[in-house]
Amino acid sequence: MSVTTTSIAVDETPLVLHLLRRADDALILGHRLSEWTGNAPTLEEDLALANIALDLIGQSRALFDYAGSLCGLDEDQLAYRRDARQYRNLLITEQLNGDFACTIARQFLYSAFIDPYWREAMSSSDATIAAIAAKAEKETAYHLRHASEWLIRLGDGTGESHRRAQAGLEELWPFTGEFFEVDAPDQSLIDAGTIPDPAELHDGWSSRINTILARATLTRPKDSWMQTGGRTGRHSEHLGHILAELQYLQRSHPGAKW
Amino acid sequence: MYTQALNTKETVTAAEDPAREARFQARIDAEDRIEPNDWMPEAYRRTLVRQISQHAHSEIIGMQPEGNWITRAPSLRRKAALLAKVQDEGGHGLYLYAAAETLGVSREEVTDQLLSGRAKYSSIFNYPTLTWADIGTIGWLVDGAAIMNQIPLCRCSYGPYARAMIRICREESFHQRQGYEIMVTLANGTPEQKEMAQDALNRWWWPSLMMFGPPDTASQHSDKSMQWKIKRFSNDELRQKFIDATVPQARHIGLTMPDPDMRFNEATGHWEHGPIDWEEFKRVIAGGGPCNRQRLTHRNKVHAEGAWVREAALAFAEKERARTQQKAA
Repeated sequence: MSVTTTSIAVDETPLVLHLLRRADDALILGHRLSEWTGNAPTLEEDLALANIALDLIGQSRALFDYAGSLCGLDEDQLAYRRDARQYRNLLITEQLNGDFACTIARQFLYSAFIDPYWREAMSSSDATIAAIAAKAEKETAYHLRHASEWLIRLGDGTGESHRRAQAGLEELWPFTGEFFEVDAPDQSLIDAGTIPDPAELHDGWSSRINTILARATLTRPKDSWMQTGGRTGRHSEHLGHILAELQYLQRSHPGAKW
Repeated sequence: MYTQALNTKETVTAAEDPAREARFQARIDAEDRIEPNDWMPEAYRRTLVRQISQHAHSEIIGMQPEGNWITRAPSLRRKAALLAKVQDEGGHGLYLYAAAETLGVSREEVTDQLLSGRAKYSSIFNYPTLTWADIGTIGWLVDGAAIMNQIPLCRCSYGPYARAMIRICREESFHQRQGYEIMVTLANGTPEQKEMAQDALNRWWWPSLMMFGPPDTASQHSDKSMQWKIKRFSNDELRQKFIDATVPQARHIGLTMPDPDMRFNEATGHWEHGPIDWEEFKRVIAGGGPCNRQRLTHRNKVHAEGAWVREAALAFAEKERARTQQKAA
């Protein structure tokens, strides 16, 4: 009996690679948030987190669709048939949800970066990216507001919520350096005006973090060693488990339509 | 049904005020809507509180069996649709708790009844979702059965409930079509997919029929509910409508109902079914279903784990109030 793999390889031109990086960020974070469905601290929060997850999954589909059109694959092939080492998401997106404070801290740190990113990308020289960015930015502006308001409440709520929010920030801070990384393929797109330069977003991100943390009475964690690797497929141990769940039906029934 | 509450007898106490009650009944008979500030008999209020909160609890508990497949949905389109569906169910729970609040019971109060096991929810959600086909089957059968019951509730005599049901029915009918579409895809798919679809139908068919509650001959539902126009059709009438609508859909996609006695009666124009295992129904309602313990334990765990978040939100609101007062002073 011959056994063939169901995995695919993607021809990663700089543009395809960048689209996969953003698509994988959105899909994996959306997956993590979807794990809260039915498990949130209030019914309103069940709805809000599901809503954010839906926005992110929607963004990933638009990005996969564009990437796929450039490399001859469809959204489900890209999402369901790449192995962990082919996934390009930021490490922060795959981290465990932890408690509600940890999830909110992750959402805050990421949204404070990605919302200005999409705002800048609205003036991309690539019309499809500009259109995806215009829709995504409306959504991420809300995600940022939602996470900021919760972080303020948790930070300035009770002793316990303050402690948990601070712990969440400390846990995730080492993953924020990756937001601002630029490698050669991304640099070529920045030079062409296709994508924003994340390095230029750093100061705005940093001051947004300071403003909200001050209102939340939380302390900004110290910058030290930063985690890296997601963009080249060197992930934490968590991604493999996410993909094992996410991909199992497509993998166990090769060729089936769903 | 989502509101099996109506199958328990409401003890009707002596009319509080016969003249008032007669005027109330006259309004109902004239198809007038009763609104929160209107006078209503205490038994009418209690029946509605029980029915609406039970319906809300069913939506909330129902998020568990379907939520079980969100992270494993087999395509991005299916994942988004399922997540949106489970979110809709949470939304239904929210409107229904709000409708119950118009009758003077807080969400905390009814939630407490659910968590302590005093309140019931639909028996159907005590069965497990084992394969992806269960998600299709729940949409097709469970939402389909819910719609049969809920469409008449859009004309329920109590205004806030009737209005909530209009929106809920619209969404449920969308879910039902989505569920059936999953079944069509599976039934036309690989042999393994078709087998998955048939297996799910085999497991969910009988519990779906039980959703309508005991047969009319054994039902304890009070005539009062009919008289008050909270309920407009009997359990058996609704069950029959559901069967007549569903059997042709199954045949259309080549699936077989797991009922050797199922046959079409040319004379009546109805599909006739074999005996329903009412012992199983009673057992599941009483706590003896495959997932009763799991569903309630999970709900309690989530509630307990969220306590510190709810406390933090309250503490923050309190601090904000104090800060505003200080500024004003």
